[in-house]
Amino acid sequence: MFKRIAVFLSFLLLTIPFAQAKIIHQERSLYRNILVEDNSDLRCLKFNVKSNKTQQSCFLKSQPQQLVFNYTKLLMTSLLFNDEPKRILIVGLGGGTMSNTLAQLYPQSQIDNIEIDPAVIKVARDYFGFFENDRVKTYNQDGRIFIKRALLKKQTYDWIILDAFNGDYIPEHLMTKEFLQEAKVLLSDNGILSSNTFSLSELYAHESATYKAVFGDFYQASNKSNSNRIILVSKKGFSNNKYNDSINENNIDKLDEKLSIYGVDIKFLYRNMVNTKSQQGWPKNTRVLTDQFSPANLLNAN
Amino acid sequence: MGIELLGGRILAPFFGSSVHIWGSIITVFMLSLSLGYLLGGKLSTRSASLATYGLIFIIAAITLLPIALFSQWLMEAVFLNVEDSRYGSLLASMVLFFIPTVILGMLSPYSVRLLVKSSNESGQIAGKLYFISTLGSALGTIVTSFYLILWFDINIIIFSFSAVLACLGLLAIFINKSRQHHKMELSHV
Repeated sequence: MFKRIAVFLSFLLLTIPFAQAKIIHQERSLYRNILVEDNSDLRCLKFNVKSNKTQQSCFLKSQPQQLVFNYTKLLMTSLLFNDEPKRILIVGLGGGTMSNTLAQLYPQSQIDNIEIDPAVIKVARDYFGFFENDRVKTYNQDGRIFIKRALLKKQTYDWIILDAFNGDYIPEHLMTKEFLQEAKVLLSDNGILSSNTFSLSELYAHESATYKAVFGDFYQASNKSNSNRIILVSKKGFSNNKYNDSINENNIDKLDEKLSIYGVDIKFLYRNMVNTKSQQGWPKNTRVLTDQFSPANLLNAN
Repeated sequence: MGIELLGGRILAPFFGSSVHIWGSIITVFMLSLSLGYLLGGKLSTRSASLATYGLIFIIAAITLLPIALFSQWLMEAVFLNVEDSRYGSLLASMVLFFIPTVILGMLSPYSVRLLVKSSNESGQIAGKLYFISTLGSALGTIVTSFYLILWFDINIIIFSFSAVLACLGLLAIFINKSRQHHKMELSHV
């Protein structure tokens, strides 16, 4: 009997991905097409109809806590280096999933979300349960301008998350040496910056070389099944092995407890993190991206 | 058009890449071109010569240089004083692009004046000039956005544009001189 139910259930699970996705909201914003798609329990924000690459944010309506996307899980590796971020800056809102998760994890922390597209902010509020209060705020601005203005106000952040890139278009002024230098100044002394990027092509080398030029060697967390990679850098610069970068087993266990309810296996992610010191996957003489030279989209197309 | 395209990339570090950046840039270019046409037409009524024509090219070349040389601190000054990035980008594009674009705009009507010999052919010549200048704009746009930014720093591209304009200006002046020389020789004989 149980076996039968199991078979039935697994059959049910198998059919879910093939179930007809329903578009429940669609609009053309100043910047892009925005789609909200329901696929049984899964709700996704998409910026383009045709490709699957452009899913920006997803959540399970029945378990809104679970982080669906790999990259959101990968981003959590930043907490290995700084497990009590008091001030967090998220550039690129998407559905607001990251902000929601962090607001739950760190209810006392200040979270500033920056999103260039007002329509995305509205969709996050209306369809993704994006949560805001006195501590969780949203600014409709270009990320680079926000950071420049924040520097003038002498603010700092313990964790900066760059999530402004999608597979189709890269804001080139958010990938240059000058921009990263500005972001570095904005970090507090123990501050960490993590960037979710998509680069597969020639851009991979240029992007890596640029991060290394500003921050020195960095960690990469990636998942083999998709093209995302998370670049992890710190204000102080990392040494070249995990043990020297103030990660200890206690820390990991504590974090594991906190994160498991979100579907994050931090121990697994920790084991799979790679330092560029030991594994540098790009040519040494790669040209660094600057405000003067930033053809990121052209490089990404090649 | 090549410069206009670079405009967006020059402004982005200070004013972002929101839609209003392009609004600012296109507004400033259209405004300054329209004024340039007016001034160029006016200037052409006063003893038009190839030498003056060449001089306009050279002045345009010189006024492009501040875009490469001083844009950083000019934009920083605007950024610090104007909080709203819409007006900031408008002001910055004005400061950077207004003068060179006015001067480049003067070239079109002045060319008409130099080339038209009789009113009968004026329409055809104006047509040819529009054809060449608009085709040039199209080429400038595609070459800059597809290739130049992939190969060179923005400043290098601007310096090259400036150098090409200066050479064309010198060429016009040189041709003018040699023609005068020729005329003088003829009158001596």
